Amino acid sequence: MKTMRNRVGVAVALLLGAGLLFATGCKRAASAFPASGTITGWDKVGDTRSFSADTLSQYIDGGADQYVDAGVGTTYTSDYKYQGTIEAVVDVYSMKTPDGAKKIFDGDPAIGSKTVELGDAARLYASSVVFRKGRNLVRITAFEQGANQADALMALAHGVDSRL
Amino acid sequence: MSNRREFLKEMVAGAAVLGTGAQLAFGQTREAGKAKVVIVRDAKLRTPGPKPDEKRVAAMLDHAMQSYFQAQNPVEPWKQLVRPGQVVSLKLNCLGRALSPNVALVAAICERLQQAGIKAGDITVWDSHSRDLQAAGFKLSTDPGSVRFTGSDTTGFETAAVSYGVVTTRLAKIVTQSDLVINVPILKSHNLCGVTMAMKNMYGVIDNPSQLHGTACNPSVADLNMIPEIRQKVRFVIGDMLTAQYEGGPSYRPEYTWNENGLMIGEDRVAIDHTAWQIVERKRAEMGLNTLEKAGTPAYYIATAADAQHRLGTNDPAKFTLIEHSMA
Repeated sequence: MKTMRNRVGVAVALLLGAGLLFATGCKRAASAFPASGTITGWDKVGDTRSFSADTLSQYIDGGADQYVDAGVGTTYTSDYKYQGTIEAVVDVYSMKTPDGAKKIFDGDPAIGSKTVELGDAARLYASSVVFRKGRNLVRITAFEQGANQADALMALAHGVDSRL
Repeated sequence: MSNRREFLKEMVAGAAVLGTGAQLAFGQTREAGKAKVVIVRDAKLRTPGPKPDEKRVAAMLDHAMQSYFQAQNPVEPWKQLVRPGQVVSLKLNCLGRALSPNVALVAAICERLQQAGIKAGDITVWDSHSRDLQAAGFKLSTDPGSVRFTGSDTTGFETAAVSYGVVTTRLAKIVTQSDLVINVPILKSHNLCGVTMAMKNMYGVIDNPSQLHGTACNPSVADLNMIPEIRQKVRFVIGDMLTAQYEGGPSYRPEYTWNENGLMIGEDRVAIDHTAWQIVERKRAEMGLNTLEKAGTPAYYIATAADAQHRLGTNDPAKFTLIEHSMA
């Protein structure tokens, strides 16, 4: 009887611990967006929006399914503008496990990218950066091309990375 | 594919591109009863800058429409497509933000519609979400005296549900209130159903698209297009392939986009989607990627749309004419 109680106690403790870790991770992901002026040249435009697994399709339509399949918890997104010209968006997909973030990251063809040091693994493309850190998968996508764009994207990416 | 299709390539006089009013001799004979898909490409579309030249975009549209309708001037095709007094809407696909229908293309369509007798206030340019439309560069407007730009999230959906096959849904009021819906999609890959162009864009005219993505959107896409209001009102496609995406869609992934610099138009939504699919496969092969089927995202819904139960069009290249033009 005592052994049974101990087992239940351990299970409850593990569940609570996992829940706490998840909640802490979500809080971190939600606050991963640098405020205007904290990264040179970048301004945050508007509020950060969030989507649960159930509502993610409102943001990315059919694109949501691959994240849901990989175990997305909450997705956070915010628009940015670089020096008033280049518009970009930062998406943070907070997955339930690091494996989920890895699955999405590894599923992307690396065509035209170069590996950069950021988070646990990262790729820099001409107009975007994607990286994973723990159970977070981050995409930073620019909507126009401009001078020094790669450096600017990397600066913003480091700003997000340091907040995760 | 090329052995089985009728390719008619035509070089267009530069004068026509510059809009000097030169008459074009298209020379194609529209085969009665045979579907037709017209593609126009312009290799100089982005010279000198990286963005499409607005005048050349408009010229491409005129050329494509004149070719399709065998018309001798730019307004005549539109007079064949619409009648004065009709309410016309343009269903865009702005989910991809930077990968959305070109603003100059949409402006050119609206201008030609008005020249063909449609009142500005009877034209609505729309997509599912007003926010997406705005982010794609369109200025929202509900002024009844001018062309309206809005989202169905603003204008709402019909109360009564409609059904066909596995689909039960509510239609956007803009569809039911239009006499004609011109489908203005974007060509891109789709991580569930392989490719999205004409038929898949109809997921944006209903209130429950997220419920229709199972089993590679098959037979949902075909069933949805069978709903009478969609089948009968969405009768013409002007597909934007200025920039297209071969991987990672439907979200915008700039790393997987390329400049196709083309437009694809036609009435047969299945033939359009089949042709679009082949273009994406060709690009994927060029980039060293697997076919969509091997990648686990087969475009099965296209064949379903052509089957005996649906008959929405043809996916048999022998049964439609593909005409490709290159602007000089």
